[in-house]
Amino acid sequence: MDLILVNLIDGLVTGLLLFMLSAGLTLIFSMMGVLNFAHASFYMLGAYFAFQISMALGFWMGLLLAPLIVGVLGAGVERYGLRRVHQYGHVPELIFTFGLALLIEELVQFIWGKNQMPYEAPEILQFTAFAIAGNSIPAYKIFMIFISVIIFIGLLWVLTRTRVGMIIQAALTYPKTVEALGHNVPLIFMGVFGVGTALAGVAGVIAGPVLGTFPGMAFVLGSIVFVTIVIGGLGSLWGALVASLLIGWMTTFAKSYNLRMEDLLTWLGFTKPENIWDSAWRDLWTITSPQIADILPYILMVLILIFRPYGLFGKRDA
Amino acid sequence: MSDQQARKPAQPLQAGSIALPMIPWGIAAVLLCILPFIFTNNSAITIMNQMAITIIFALAYNMLLGQGGMLSFGHAVYAGVGGFACMHIINSGDFFSGLPLPVLPIFGGLVGMWLAIIVGAFSTRKAGTVFAMISLGVGELIAACSVIIVVFFGGEEGVSGDRTYGLPFFGVEFLQQIEVYYLIAFWLMLSAILMYLYSRTPMGRMANAVRDNPERAEFLGYSARWVRFYSFVASGFFAGIAGALFAINYEILTEENLNTTQSGIILLVTFLGGVGFFFGPILGAIVFTLVQTVLSLQTELWGFYLGIIFVATVMFFPGGLAGLIMMHVPALRLGKLGRLGVPYLKTLLPAAIGALGAAALVEMIFHVRHAPNGDQEMTLFWTTFDSHTILPWGIATLVTVVGFGIMRATAPALVEAWNEANTPDGMSE
Repeated sequence: MDLILVNLIDGLVTGLLLFMLSAGLTLIFSMMGVLNFAHASFYMLGAYFAFQISMALGFWMGLLLAPLIVGVLGAGVERYGLRRVHQYGHVPELIFTFGLALLIEELVQFIWGKNQMPYEAPEILQFTAFAIAGNSIPAYKIFMIFISVIIFIGLLWVLTRTRVGMIIQAALTYPKTVEALGHNVPLIFMGVFGVGTALAGVAGVIAGPVLGTFPGMAFVLGSIVFVTIVIGGLGSLWGALVASLLIGWMTTFAKSYNLRMEDLLTWLGFTKPENIWDSAWRDLWTITSPQIADILPYILMVLILIFRPYGLFGKRDA
Repeated sequence: MSDQQARKPAQPLQAGSIALPMIPWGIAAVLLCILPFIFTNNSAITIMNQMAITIIFALAYNMLLGQGGMLSFGHAVYAGVGGFACMHIINSGDFFSGLPLPVLPIFGGLVGMWLAIIVGAFSTRKAGTVFAMISLGVGELIAACSVIIVVFFGGEEGVSGDRTYGLPFFGVEFLQQIEVYYLIAFWLMLSAILMYLYSRTPMGRMANAVRDNPERAEFLGYSARWVRFYSFVASGFFAGIAGALFAINYEILTEENLNTTQSGIILLVTFLGGVGFFFGPILGAIVFTLVQTVLSLQTELWGFYLGIIFVATVMFFPGGLAGLIMMHVPALRLGKLGRLGVPYLKTLLPAAIGALGAAALVEMIFHVRHAPNGDQEMTLFWTTFDSHTILPWGIATLVTVVGFGIMRATAPALVEAWNEANTPDGMSE
């Protein structure tokens, strides 16, 4: 029971982190119809910028400044890159963001090298918040949850309660009409892109100390984020939330409970072959849940695509 | 441009016109035969083998991207799984000893096709973004499986074998690189011709129609989904052939043949070459392999340069290399291509020099940041100097600024010459 609680918290941290990325990604997608392949690269830039700033000004300034810089960079990419490519159609846009992801990874290696950066949580947060049956929960994890929840509530509030949010929502569905009403839709697009990438930057700042700040970090998380928004339904913010939490918990639980395929197969009535290492089915018999934890999201995605192609919360034919 | 085409009188079909498209194929075949006699050393043949495999793979990829409008981020999987299957056939003992090696790629193709049928069944429902995401997810899934399904993928060390155990093919046992070269060259010709012919069939034409306007194609009575599915399966088949040739050439397959990096590279190759023309991917594969071989020996930063070139291509020349070349056809038809020579030289030469200067700056920054402490000497463009002194920085900056400065100054003249060369004589705007 206690272990379940610990896993629930761990899964929540992973899920909320995923959500910070997928929220921006899905917002950008529903607005411009373009999937920002470089989204996770902005997450990586957030971590690296925060590391560089924290060397000079401390962690908290990093948390404040790095997302801002990333957001401005993102807005610049939209203004000078994507808007230009937009005229060629969606596929070139996708290829452009893919190229950008490659370029940012190379750029990070160029500036900071291939090794992991010694980016760490601030000392003030390096203590144990509380312990559940001997499993200590570090304060930094609570801090991560706290930040993510604040951002989510803030985002929800801006989108549903403010004038700007209303215009954004209107621009999502009827960009032409909104433009005719006198709003600067390209500017809104740029702003949304900037905010979306800044959100990814925040995720990078707070995830960097836990998951490590290295050139491969964008790649590690990137494809999972895409899987998340496919599962949640392209363009659905609630879907992104549910899918993120689902993936967070699923992978955490799969990693901490050592479920073995052998037990399942025996339970189903199969008999284990005598010489397991010579059998063609040896991989099936020896699979354990921690082993496949990382590919569970992909399996879930394929299943969702087969049985519910528009995702959990997506609209039909979105 | 469309004006000109409209003005041109309709050409009657000539009896001999069927022979004309054969000429490039004939040249290619002859070239493939004599190339090993020109570049005789082993490393050149290795590079040519790699080139040929990349060409087949890129052409297969372009069946999706260029002809079908489907962007796949996981196409390495079909080549990889085809290659792994061939590796297992090679290791199968009795079956392989009764099988001539040149037949093996068919099996690779069939396995690639089989996988494409399974995946395509659900992934081709939609084109565009959704298809791209699914291809990425499936690609990641299968790549991740390579460490779990050890029986088939061999875990981290991969699967290796010996191609010479096959049934000798007219006495050839494929011990030497050169014999493998001719095997690959044969398959290159065959698959390129087949893929070209495929693009000319009504099926291939429908793939273009679905790419450009799926709704209209559906109104004409064609199922866009099935058209995409058939393209996908055909592409999977040829990707499998490329994978099989990889297995024959390198005799080892690992996780690296499946992963997203490999898929990304093939997208890069195809797009740089140009997706709009059949020969684009061929060009892309040749240039990419050469540049990769040369640049990766010269600099650690070649991935960085490649990234810049790729992003610049997407932004400014979405037609790729082939598109750039074909842009000159109207000028050539008007017989005014020669007039572009001098303006080109005046603009592109300074631009190239400026780019080299910028590259020198980049290399110097990299050296200052990442070289071990105390190591201040670096060699660049056959010159050795101290990267911490001001002089080389000054020279590189000067070269960059002057190069790009001249380019900017002469660019308007080039634009003018370009417009002039594309306007028929006696006509002015």
